[in-house]
Amino acid sequence: MAEDILHEVTSADYKYGFTTDIETDIIPIGLSEDVVRIISAKKNEPEWMLEYRLKAYRHWTTMTMPDWAHLNVPPINYQSISYYAAPKTNGPKSLDEVDPELLKTFNKLGIPLEEQMALSGIAVDAVMDSVSVKTTFKEVLAEKGIIFCSFSEAVEHHPDLIQKYMASVVPVSDNFYAALNSAVFSDGSFVYIPKGVRCPMELSTYFRINASNTGQFERTLIVADEDSYVSYLEGCTAPTRDENQLHAAIVEIIVMKNAEVKYSTVQNWYPGDKNGKGGVYNFVTKRGICKGENSKLSWTQVETGSAITWKYPSCILQGDNSSAEFYSVAVTNHHQQADTGTKMIHLGRNTRSHILSKGISAGVSNNSYRGLVRVGAKAENARNFSQCDSLLLGDKCGAHTFPYMEVNNETAIVEHEATTSKISEDQIFYCNQRGISTEDAVGLIVNGYAKEVLNKLPMEFAVEAQKLLAITLEGSVG
Amino acid sequence: MLQIKDLHANINGKEILKGLNLTVRPGEIHAIMGPNGAGKSTLSSVLTGNPVFDVTHGEVTFLGKNLLELAPEERANEGIFLSFQYPVEIPGVSMVNFMRTAINEQRKYRNLPPVSATDFLRLMREKKELVEMDNKLANRSVNEGFSGGEKKRNEIFQMAMLEPRLSILDETDSGLDIDALRIVANGVNKLKSPENASIIITHYQRLLEYIVPDFVHVLYDGRIVKSGDKTLALELENKGYDWIKQEVEGK
Ligand SMILES: Nc1ncnc2c1ncn2[C@@H]1O[C@H](COP(=O)(O)OP(=O)(O)O)[C@@H](O)[C@H]1O
Ligand SMILES: [Mg+2]
Repeated sequence: MAEDILHEVTSADYKYGFTTDIETDIIPIGLSEDVVRIISAKKNEPEWMLEYRLKAYRHWTTMTMPDWAHLNVPPINYQSISYYAAPKTNGPKSLDEVDPELLKTFNKLGIPLEEQMALSGIAVDAVMDSVSVKTTFKEVLAEKGIIFCSFSEAVEHHPDLIQKYMASVVPVSDNFYAALNSAVFSDGSFVYIPKGVRCPMELSTYFRINASNTGQFERTLIVADEDSYVSYLEGCTAPTRDENQLHAAIVEIIVMKNAEVKYSTVQNWYPGDKNGKGGVYNFVTKRGICKGENSKLSWTQVETGSAITWKYPSCILQGDNSSAEFYSVAVTNHHQQADTGTKMIHLGRNTRSHILSKGISAGVSNNSYRGLVRVGAKAENARNFSQCDSLLLGDKCGAHTFPYMEVNNETAIVEHEATTSKISEDQIFYCNQRGISTEDAVGLIVNGYAKEVLNKLPMEFAVEAQKLLAITLEGSVG
Repeated sequence: MLQIKDLHANINGKEILKGLNLTVRPGEIHAIMGPNGAGKSTLSSVLTGNPVFDVTHGEVTFLGKNLLELAPEERANEGIFLSFQYPVEIPGVSMVNFMRTAINEQRKYRNLPPVSATDFLRLMREKKELVEMDNKLANRSVNEGFSGGEKKRNEIFQMAMLEPRLSILDETDSGLDIDALRIVANGVNKLKSPENASIIITHYQRLLEYIVPDFVHVLYDGRIVKSGDKTLALELENKGYDWIKQEVEGK
């Protein structure tokens, strides 16, 4: 399959770089308590939500940007960003009322919002800048008691659930970007799967930054009640712009007893140009908790975009016999930088975690894996296996591995393996000699290297991800 | 089908091929022998377009085309196949995927649609049998963890799959036991046709007992200094290369 897909790939450029010409309600740049109040007011939020935001904002003002990652982050002026931008088309609504420009935009991105045309078996929440534009298949899902809506709608219609679970995994004080997000977050998705329900289709949120000089701060909350199952996908793109754009998101996942959540991301924010100009700063806090016994959480990520990525999808294994996985492919080319990995916090007995990280670096990029495995004192028989591989294309890029282990229970078994390899000129020439072009050879080798992770993605995304890997690395060898 | 005229080639500024001439016509088998370091592998690299070598002078035409202007993959798709002296391992890429990609690239080059799954599997099975290749090898990553002999056999398998017009075997016989040698020779002989040709680089006469060459050439210090029929191979094996050196230097 890989080779058919690779053949389709013809353009070396970021093909999602267009902008949509749509009237946007955008607030002036700058951040203050007043701005937080304006955002809350624009969203007609209840008092408790405003209080939460203000608490986060006040805490944020006491914090500084983290500097421990292996990243070179230029100073960011948080007063030069606009914290709210909404296409002028108030909130999710029936399709007839959605601005045709928006429909066109999402069609162009391959995300048709007309249900009859939609990707079969996938319900989509489409978020542009600060608001959710449209959520498909809501009614079908509602019949099973599944809630899938924008975060704003959830605040309005399911305040009990939001109050109960929001910030229960990522508290406002967790880190600088999480605090910032908690203060100014705009929209995102909310998912609730009731007890005993297997979600009949993939749920997905598609994030799109459009307006310039704005940050995107979305929040996703997924609650899988006992004995339930859901597979969730997240995709993202942004226009080509010369200035850097900030994206600071939070994803929280709560998995109850015997429930299972699969969360997959194909991250393709604009990476900047070949000289490192522009691109999205992707500073994201993703964490889940396996709260109940036998619960299961799986993170799969394919990270190809963004100028800078700072992201560690993590899991707290609280329930006995719970298990978690982290499967990651992170590609950096040109001047991109990524510091990504996971934290597996084993608290319950017989908890299992598996980490598979595949880094691919090209150009003058830097790609780091950073992972923490912590085994608490009560986590009898906890088990972790981590495999971290790095693939280098060229000799001007960097690959680094920073594994941390804190084991406080002697029955635990924690294993870590790491490899570094290179695509050599000999390998490329060998492929060339069999009639395979250099671009296709790189695609073939890279997809072969990443296939264990790509195989974890739902079919439609796996195809997309394979193409993306090839495109991202075009021109990186030879 | 192949004309090489006064070919000079460098690596890192050092001249390795120093005015090489060779003509290969359809249906012919040419053996090239010569001492280590003479430039035999360099010749195969230059013909297949390995970018580490610079051609500084000379002409090469293949089936009427200027070969030196073509990219390595174009030369391959024009029908030139090299059985590498040192085949390369490509971890993570299955032989199946690799071969299907190669076959489809070739078909695309010839304006043919991609091969169907059933046709491809049939072809794989047929050619595996031809070179008596283990099923296990075909399911593994390209050359990864293959023994020396398995790698060589895999080269011949790929040659059989791609059915080249001109195949260049660079010491494919080195390190092979007599059974493997017979299989390799068998693979080459099966491909022999009035349209196809082969260049066989070898140190040993014994391969030439299985694959009978029409011409034997001696490559020495970047040039073909002597050509003859199959008896030359025997003579070289008996007498070594010193007399050639003397002949060349005496001139
Ligand atoms: N990659 C290389 N870098 C530098 N010198 C090389 C390289 N490959 C071959 N050579 C040199 O070119 C000459 C010819 O080598 P080669 O063509 O491999 O000889 P043969 O195959 O006839 O034994 C030798 O002197 C060898 O050292
Ligand atoms: Mg050699």
